Amino acid sequence: MRIGLIINPIAGIGGRVGLKGSDGLETQQKALALGAQTLSHLRAGVTLETLFPVKNLFELVTAAGLMGETAARQHGFKPTVIGPQSSGLTSAEDTRQAAREMLDDSIDLLLFAGGDGTARDIFTAVGTRVPVLGIPAGVKIHSAVFATHPRAAGEIAASFIHGKRLELRESEVIDLDEESYRAGTIITKLYGFLNVPILSHKVQNKKAPSPGREFAQMDAIAADVIESMQPGWLTILGPGTTTRAIADRLGVPKTLVGVDVYEGERVIALDAGEAKLLDLIADQPAKIVVSPVGGQGFIFGRGNQQISPNVLRKVGRENIILISLMEKLNALAGEPFLVDSGDAGLDGILAGYMPVISGYHEKVIYRVSA
Amino acid sequence: MKAVAPKPSPRRFHQASWDEPVIFELSQPGARGVLLPEVEEAIELEVGDVSSHLPVSLKRKNLPVLPEMAQLHVLRHYARLSQENLGVDLNIDIGQGTCTMKYSPKVNDQLARSPKMADLHPLQDESTVQGMLEIMWKLEQFLKEISGMERFSLQPGAGSAAIYANVAMVRAYHESRGEGKQRDEVITTIFSHPSNAACAKTAGYKVITLYPDADGYPDLEALKAAVSERTAALFITNPEDTGIFNDRIQDFVKTVHAVGGLCVYDQANANGILGITRARDAGFDLCHFNLHKTFSTPHGSGGPAAGACGVAPALVPFLPTPTIEFDGERYRLEFNLPQSVGKTRPWYGVAQNILKAYAWIMSLGADGLKEVAEIAVLNNNYLLKKVLEIHGVSMPYSKGRHRIEQVRYSWEEMYRETGVHSEEMETRVADFGTHFWTSHHPYVVPEPMTLEPTESYSQADLDEYVAILKQVAHEAYTDPEIIHSAPHNSTVHQANHEPFDNPEEWAVTWRAYKRKTK
Repeated sequence: MRIGLIINPIAGIGGRVGLKGSDGLETQQKALALGAQTLSHLRAGVTLETLFPVKNLFELVTAAGLMGETAARQHGFKPTVIGPQSSGLTSAEDTRQAAREMLDDSIDLLLFAGGDGTARDIFTAVGTRVPVLGIPAGVKIHSAVFATHPRAAGEIAASFIHGKRLELRESEVIDLDEESYRAGTIITKLYGFLNVPILSHKVQNKKAPSPGREFAQMDAIAADVIESMQPGWLTILGPGTTTRAIADRLGVPKTLVGVDVYEGERVIALDAGEAKLLDLIADQPAKIVVSPVGGQGFIFGRGNQQISPNVLRKVGRENIILISLMEKLNALAGEPFLVDSGDAGLDGILAGYMPVISGYHEKVIYRVSA
Repeated sequence: MKAVAPKPSPRRFHQASWDEPVIFELSQPGARGVLLPEVEEAIELEVGDVSSHLPVSLKRKNLPVLPEMAQLHVLRHYARLSQENLGVDLNIDIGQGTCTMKYSPKVNDQLARSPKMADLHPLQDESTVQGMLEIMWKLEQFLKEISGMERFSLQPGAGSAAIYANVAMVRAYHESRGEGKQRDEVITTIFSHPSNAACAKTAGYKVITLYPDADGYPDLEALKAAVSERTAALFITNPEDTGIFNDRIQDFVKTVHAVGGLCVYDQANANGILGITRARDAGFDLCHFNLHKTFSTPHGSGGPAAGACGVAPALVPFLPTPTIEFDGERYRLEFNLPQSVGKTRPWYGVAQNILKAYAWIMSLGADGLKEVAEIAVLNNNYLLKKVLEIHGVSMPYSKGRHRIEQVRYSWEEMYRETGVHSEEMETRVADFGTHFWTSHHPYVVPEPMTLEPTESYSQADLDEYVAILKQVAHEAYTDPEIIHSAPHNSTVHQANHEPFDNPEEWAVTWRAYKRKTK
């Protein structure tokens, strides 16, 4: 049993001093100059404390110095150290290199402490080839790959070490473009999916859905959407696993992070951009099916910018089908769905109450806010 | 002499743990609890071979695989299980919020067990059961007065069965007006009892669920966006499971009526509003009560319980059959109801529970019922104040405002600060001889806890319960491991809930268990 641990030592460093993220060496130096504390090793430390009682049952593989080794030794572990030998400030490439080497070293589970930027680097390096779980330690936590608490991450790893099988779910890696974020505009992108262990029993509440039940719920939503399809209409599926369930039920391919177009069970276009979408809907009616992206409930303007204001205006509000698992709605804690299409007038039109399909013949009326 | 040392608070509790097998595993081939007497010769001569009269299709080819046990072993088995239980007779049973766990007076159990009651048979001639019919008729009159409705059916054997009967009546109503096909949607709210959505779905309706507004009230604007000519009915609880009373309920009713839909009031738990508000006065067309909640009959751990469906005049023709009629002298069962939805269960209702509810209402009177509601609300708001003094717990929505008869609290702050979940707290609380319930799933309120103290509990009871919560909250902040590893003094244990999603990993019968574990 081998557990990998990568700490992004500068994750979250920007937040404390109001720099909106920590990407880029210049920002990090600026943050340190402003007196920022690096807290990610403290967060990872909580996870390590949870793992301490089982430390003899597994091998901890970590990266040098502040990327894991220091924290591991502080907490009484004798880790195997691999990866880049950097000290002090680290770069995104250091994270990627460490993750790649751990993958080559055939670890069974990779823990990383950081935020969305770190999640993105891990995704770039390992994709879905190894189970990954994030220890929340960054400024931006939009991705769905993080445990709810550093201790929760340790508990999942501990139960795995105790011989429990990991139940995996493909979970979204989302990141803001920090340069534009600092300049006041928000551009997020859905970068891909990591294979994240389901947060079971002690970690999330007991009846959190298992992958089997979640699949059944998605399939029920898909059945409802497919039942309402009409001949001659195009179906535009936004990114994500919930929309993919529709394609699965139809038996057609779907890109996980792209926007795809179908007519009934026929694929019209995969990974279509705005121009392609406008071309297709020029003289054919269409339904747009999207589910909220990430934890903040954005339905347009995050991760699906291909469905542009022009596309939305042409298709019309009444032809937008929102779909979501109930758990995802509840995770919003009462906050409305958000739209940020880049066209304030259109956002105003989309705002209000919209039906959201949450199961077969089950809908929720949910608020959308511009 | 020396005085006995005062008892510490919270009390030191230790429950029995018998490690008792399933009863099928205790079976010993050949063991018997009762030996039936041989048939007397004279009888045998008179009637011959009785079993030969049974149709062949009813005869078993093999004996049923029942446990074979001596009486002592049966008694010991169930006595042990009873020690591994909590319940209203043992613990301060205010933690099962929404369930209205009040005291069920023992005298009512005695009435139900009396031979006069126990020896009744539903096939007896009406003339020989006038007393029971009178009780049923009178209970209907009480419930009419309490709700303002026109008529009631006492037939359903549970709360959800009553909701299902109401769904059936809604459908029959719309079908009678030629709108059955068109009206295929039922609207409910996320904090209404989930049986409303479930029963509507089971009956074939599409279900639309409304989320609350920022203050926790059902969202009227969301309702306006949901209603249409497809709306069959609104099924709504009030106060909802948050304990918040929806004071715009008449606007909800008007909005649904405006599109031709019906309004159905889930009053399974009416404990906070007895004698204070009435379903009909708010414009509702149907309602239902759980006699085992508000009206003090035992819950029966899955039944049989009793639900009572009330309807406004326009829905009377659709009531389940039979109804109980009184002509001023005689009580009788009326079966000739051409538009009735038919039967929801055999016979006329769970007679023992109907009797207990009748006796409970008779012992209190109208003023007493109102006092029940007043004390239940007072108890709840006292408890609320005490619970909110504990660090780590909060009351989501409408901060600083009172609640009616229950509160859905949140331990989210504690979770964020300690990593201790409400479900772990729940397990640890069992070490002090009580429990609390979180909420229905999926959780809308994070890290939930739902408490409903009813009118039955004293101030000292409530204080003791709060002291337990306080102790466990203190542990979460100072020694969380004692909670993570709980329970320590209780029969319950940490169960792995994951297999629940996989039917291959659980069984509800011994036969299925044997098959799946082969």
